Amino acid sequence: MLIPHPLLGPRDAQEFTYLGDASLIARPDGTAAGAEEAFFEYTYLRDNPAGTHRELWFHEAGDRSWLVVTRNTLTHEILDAQLASDLALAMCPEARE
Amino acid sequence: MSRFSGGLINRSRALSFTFDKKTYSGHPGDTLASALLANGVRLMGRSFKYHRPRGAFTAGSEEPNALVELRSGARREPNTRATVAELYDGLVATSQNRCPSLAFDAMRINDLFAPFFAAGFYYKTFMWPASFWENVYEPVIRRAAGLGSLSMEADPDAYDKGFLHCDLLVVGGGPAGLSAALTAARAGARVILADEDFRLGGRLLTETLLLDEAPAQNWIGSVEAEFASLPNLRVLPRTTVFGAYDHGIFGAVERTADHLATPGSCVRQTLWRITAKRTVLAAGALERHIPFANNDRPGIMLAGAMRAYANRWAVSAADKIAVFTNNDDGHRTALDLASKGAEIVAVVDTRPEAKPRGDYPFFPGSMVINARGTLGLVSIDISRDGGIERLACGALGVSGGWNPNVHLASHHRARPVWREDLLAFVPGDVGGPPGLRAAGASAGCTSMHAALTDGARVARETLADLGIDARSPDVPKAEDEVVTPHAFWHVPGNGRAWVDFQNDVTVKDIELAHKENMRPIEHLKRWTTLGMATDQGKTANVTALAIMASLTGKSIPETGTTMFRPPYTGVSISVLGGGDKGPHFRPRRLTPTHRWATENGAEFVQAGQWMRAQYYRRSGDAEPRATVDREAAAVRSSVGICDVTTLGKIDVQGADAGAFLERIYCNALASLAVGKVRYGLMLREDGFAYDDGTCARLANDHYVVTSTTANAGLVYRNMEFVRQCLWPDLDVQIISTSESWAQIAVAGPQSRTLLSRIVDNFDLSNEAFPFMACTELTRCSGVRSRLFRVSFSGELAYEIAVPTRYGNALMSLLIELGEDLDVTPYGTEAMGVLRIEKGHAAGAEINGQTTAQMLGLGRMVSRKKDAIGVILSRREGLAADARRLIGLLPVDTKDKLVAGAHLFAVGAQKVTEADQGWITSACHSPHLKCYIALGFLENGAHRMGEVIVAANPLEDSEVSVRVMSPHFVDPEGVRQRA
Amino acid sequence: MRYSGLRVVVEALTGHKGWKPLWRNPEPQSSYDFVIVGGGGHGLATAYYLAKTFREKRIAVLEKGWLGSGNIGRNTTIIRSNYLLPGNEPFYEFSMKLWEGLEQEFNFNAMVSQRGILNLFHSDAQRDAFRRRGNAMLLAGADAKLLDRDAVRRMYPFLNFGNARFPIKGGLLQPRAGTARHDGVAWGYARGADALGVDILQNCEVTGFKIEAGKVTGVETTRGPIAAKKVGVSVAGSSSRVMEKAGMRLPIESHVIQAFVSEGLKLTIDGVLTFGAGHFYISQSDKGGLVFGGDLDGYNTYAQRGNLPVVEDVAESGMAIMPVIGRARVLRNWGGIMDMTMDGSPIIDRTHIDSLYFNGGWCYGGFKATPASGYAFAHLLATDAPHPTANAYRLDRFARGYLIDEKGAGAQPNLH
Repeated sequence: MLIPHPLLGPRDAQEFTYLGDASLIARPDGTAAGAEEAFFEYTYLRDNPAGTHRELWFHEAGDRSWLVVTRNTLTHEILDAQLASDLALAMCPEARE
Repeated sequence: MSRFSGGLINRSRALSFTFDKKTYSGHPGDTLASALLANGVRLMGRSFKYHRPRGAFTAGSEEPNALVELRSGARREPNTRATVAELYDGLVATSQNRCPSLAFDAMRINDLFAPFFAAGFYYKTFMWPASFWENVYEPVIRRAAGLGSLSMEADPDAYDKGFLHCDLLVVGGGPAGLSAALTAARAGARVILADEDFRLGGRLLTETLLLDEAPAQNWIGSVEAEFASLPNLRVLPRTTVFGAYDHGIFGAVERTADHLATPGSCVRQTLWRITAKRTVLAAGALERHIPFANNDRPGIMLAGAMRAYANRWAVSAADKIAVFTNNDDGHRTALDLASKGAEIVAVVDTRPEAKPRGDYPFFPGSMVINARGTLGLVSIDISRDGGIERLACGALGVSGGWNPNVHLASHHRARPVWREDLLAFVPGDVGGPPGLRAAGASAGCTSMHAALTDGARVARETLADLGIDARSPDVPKAEDEVVTPHAFWHVPGNGRAWVDFQNDVTVKDIELAHKENMRPIEHLKRWTTLGMATDQGKTANVTALAIMASLTGKSIPETGTTMFRPPYTGVSISVLGGGDKGPHFRPRRLTPTHRWATENGAEFVQAGQWMRAQYYRRSGDAEPRATVDREAAAVRSSVGICDVTTLGKIDVQGADAGAFLERIYCNALASLAVGKVRYGLMLREDGFAYDDGTCARLANDHYVVTSTTANAGLVYRNMEFVRQCLWPDLDVQIISTSESWAQIAVAGPQSRTLLSRIVDNFDLSNEAFPFMACTELTRCSGVRSRLFRVSFSGELAYEIAVPTRYGNALMSLLIELGEDLDVTPYGTEAMGVLRIEKGHAAGAEINGQTTAQMLGLGRMVSRKKDAIGVILSRREGLAADARRLIGLLPVDTKDKLVAGAHLFAVGAQKVTEADQGWITSACHSPHLKCYIALGFLENGAHRMGEVIVAANPLEDSEVSVRVMSPHFVDPEGVRQRA
Repeated sequence: MRYSGLRVVVEALTGHKGWKPLWRNPEPQSSYDFVIVGGGGHGLATAYYLAKTFREKRIAVLEKGWLGSGNIGRNTTIIRSNYLLPGNEPFYEFSMKLWEGLEQEFNFNAMVSQRGILNLFHSDAQRDAFRRRGNAMLLAGADAKLLDRDAVRRMYPFLNFGNARFPIKGGLLQPRAGTARHDGVAWGYARGADALGVDILQNCEVTGFKIEAGKVTGVETTRGPIAAKKVGVSVAGSSSRVMEKAGMRLPIESHVIQAFVSEGLKLTIDGVLTFGAGHFYISQSDKGGLVFGGDLDGYNTYAQRGNLPVVEDVAESGMAIMPVIGRARVLRNWGGIMDMTMDGSPIIDRTHIDSLYFNGGWCYGGFKATPASGYAFAHLLATDAPHPTANAYRLDRFARGYLIDEKGAGAQPNLH
């Protein structure tokens, strides 16, 4: 596979390490009420779709950036790749202020 | 049998070779099969199940029959297709799957008992008595099974792998491929043209058709000359593109040296990973046959193959030839062979309305219904108008039409599409490898003209996607005859008619599978083993499914094909491994003091990719354990030094570095002062213990953290995940500095004295630099260093870090300066002993299945903050787990303890239900003069002093042990604070 | 009809005219007592034991393709019970005991062959972990032997004992482990179930569940609605897709594992071998093909095919440990979809929907579990109580923290 790195262009997937569903970016607040249930769902439950999947890849043998790649799990076609930090930053409450 | 005139062989040179120890002669340009035919050898192999005598059935890589063991000694290659093995001088080939000889094979008896070996017979018998399967039936089956044999010696040759990139990959160098490559290369595109053959041309090489009214060789020659002048085109001959992978990546094997006796200094084969923006599949078509009784006799082959042998290699399997066809193409074989001087005894055409195309005995509306000649064809029986006519002939060409080669187009599990006008499957439009299009015969073209123009057209259209403007070359004029196929799939009758030759699957087997309701095409395949031989059913599958379709009354497309899987043809495991074998399997990482350790007698041990000094054997040491005891004792009594560079070292900087680490570690770190070190425990998000190490604060915004050797990469990856994905708003930067700093542990009561001799003007006193202090300093007149007062052994100890290039020199300097202190280098074994004596957890205790609580570190897990893993560590199953890390001493101090023993209450039965824990680590303690162990024990915190049993039934031992604190040495920690 | 050597002889002498279909092609009935979704090994075994052992009637198996078309049709045939944890080992040993009498029980030769599995180790730490595991096996009534380097060499002298990057130090042997002919297992169960009256409905894909007031009452299929008193889902790699139709999210990801077979060779290796310092395992089929594989590709996929990096890694690992296979050729390389759970262990449990039961999460180890999985699932479906060897395979263990994590890899499926 080739991962279209947003900064470096197409790179062989062998340079990357795969983690899993991109929902792992949205870590629940451990200090909130009901945190244990939220962490259970966050850590263990997956949509595991047959089709479009947003997922985390780490450019371990490259620039060490985490990417969110949108890929079809039936065809392996890659539709999009973005820096995970950009997406995560957009989710931060501080950043929105 | 003498050679015909012409052909693409170099008659000026003779090549000597042997087959089954008999010497023959051939010419450059020959394959083993063509050379054997030229020497009158039709019998080349035996079938898998019935050991039927077999000859070459094809002239290409789809060959099911003519398999040999090529070469000898460690280079022996079983199951090599004689039809593609390029002849070289001194070639040695041996027949296989026969005993004692190819002509007389005792296993031929299977053929006589064939009725008992019908499809699936083995599922129905060999069941009683149960023990007979492993002891009687299966050994017999396993001994008989298989085709060729491996040498059982390591492959001596070298292999390589490489990466190639192109705009257009053209698979196949026949008419369509050549014209596609020419079109693309002239337009300036980066082109790779790969062909499995050693000559470009494909079917152009095997036909007598003219291009622009001249022999095809002329055109091929001019194209090759133009190719040589185009720097943007790379031709890979002897290269099989074997698999289509994701995003335009193809696997290909170049047989760099298989045409030579030995590779010499070259690699034998190269694995290419080709990344292509677009691909043209121009892999041609494979002829199919028409099953009839005893259609597997040596001398019977595909009509196209017969033509190829005559035209390209100037040979025929016999002087008297017959042809059996259901289409016009078969007639070409008769014409070509006749023009070469062979005697055509019959052209048998199943079509009643067919017309002869030359002057030969013609049998329209007829069938070949039987063939005779055990070791080689002698005669055929022809059924015409209800009568049967027997004709003597030594070779029969069979043509049942052509199957476009859709293999690569189907590797992404796209189903090929049936075209009724062609009576064949062609690549479908959807679901194939992205960017790949078929051209020429692969796409269903049936004439030379169509193939040439289609290759150019598809290349042009494909390049237009890339914005490359290509123009079609002037394609040479060629025949443009439309071949009308005719649906005639097999000759009915009572004899055995082979569909899949190698695996001995007959029409009757398919009928039996139908009767037993093994009708889905995948069931048919698996029940009969159809298409599962080395040729993957290239000449059998479509015929078989057509026969099944006629039995079920379903259409052929409804019946469907089995799955096409890579590789297209067999690929050696050696080349897939790319030559990374033996010591080169994985990189070897050496520590900065490796040279010193080597010079000083270290034995090394693998620690992941690292080679670490295990111990330093001295001549006086009685046995390895004595060495370890001596080294460990030296640390307790004087001073020892050990390279600990392999620990992961991560530099953490930034205004929010402290806040960041507070989220990484489960224990509190916010209060860590500058100049101090703290033990840190990381959890996984699921609450289990993950890794431990130290966290040193060198400045307000600068920390250095360590991980274990094994988890260095994982911890760094995880920290980047936390930084980039979870808290990207923190001002923090991290980098792995594991390779930048050499780190040496200096441990033991004399460590302060030793270190004081190298540091520059630094007060090492306990008051100035106490336990868990850290600093940046210089040593030896200005070399930048870092000093940490941490202890893995429980003794007064330090770790000193210096830039990696100084590591080796520092080691020898410390040894030199510490001679009067009896400084002792120690390895990983002694380090292990010291940490077990001290009760420090390591990989055997933090193994991913244990919790902070089990490790006795439960109170470290902060209940105040949200850090990775702390929430889920509170789950019922983790919180309720009462197993605890404990120490164990043998009741009888002579007893040995081993890791992996399980723990039981005294008198308990040794069953899963009574299992109370296990020993994680054990060693001989020179300090306590007996074996000691760490382990996890049910309710361990409350069982101090209890005697229990450590059982190791695997090695038949049981030892009484006493439970105690895991801190065998200095539990109060006085020594490390000295 | 009963299969036997005598029957084979009689049929051979009378032109094979008497053979009967292995199973019927029945039309779906409008309702059943039990509907098993998934006609793979586990689904067929479940139906078989429901009918045979638990004497239930009116059972249907619904298969979207041809029976046996899932992982039972594309695995590497290994059977073993060499697990570590108490949640697993008794279950797999139960499975091994069922394997040992299977062929006589369902009168079909599935070629269960106990030729032994040898797990090599290359370090003291690995040896200690194997010792712990071997002892756990013995405690559960299984068999195990710890071999040193010389004993391994006597067994397989052709392994790389010379210049290996990671020298062989020994191995853990389970002599009773081995292989079975994977398709034969599916066919044996299918034929046995059919003979007991189970309707095996091929080309019958479940498109939805009928759920009323928190209770499942039937399924929608491509061959029409089918009512059911109880529905058991056993669909391996398709678990998330199917259970999503009942509104459930699972602790499962679907991943591909690739497998390989070489061209047919004369006897090369007798038993099953695994490499402890790389991703590689190998055995040889009764036909002569070397059957081998390695690690997952590592990314979520439903594509049933993998990529070159893993192909190369498997071959490198094979060459590192067993360089005599270098000149053998790979004949075929394929991929299957693994229902990888978050702790690497399976689930056999009720769901929060009444009368809907789930069996899945077998990761890449489902084949060896086929008999026990079918038996335990049938037990659960018939009695509403878990089988004693399978009571740790609960769906709520993730929420409650009772993980069964053999590798200690944590909640990341591709590491198991």
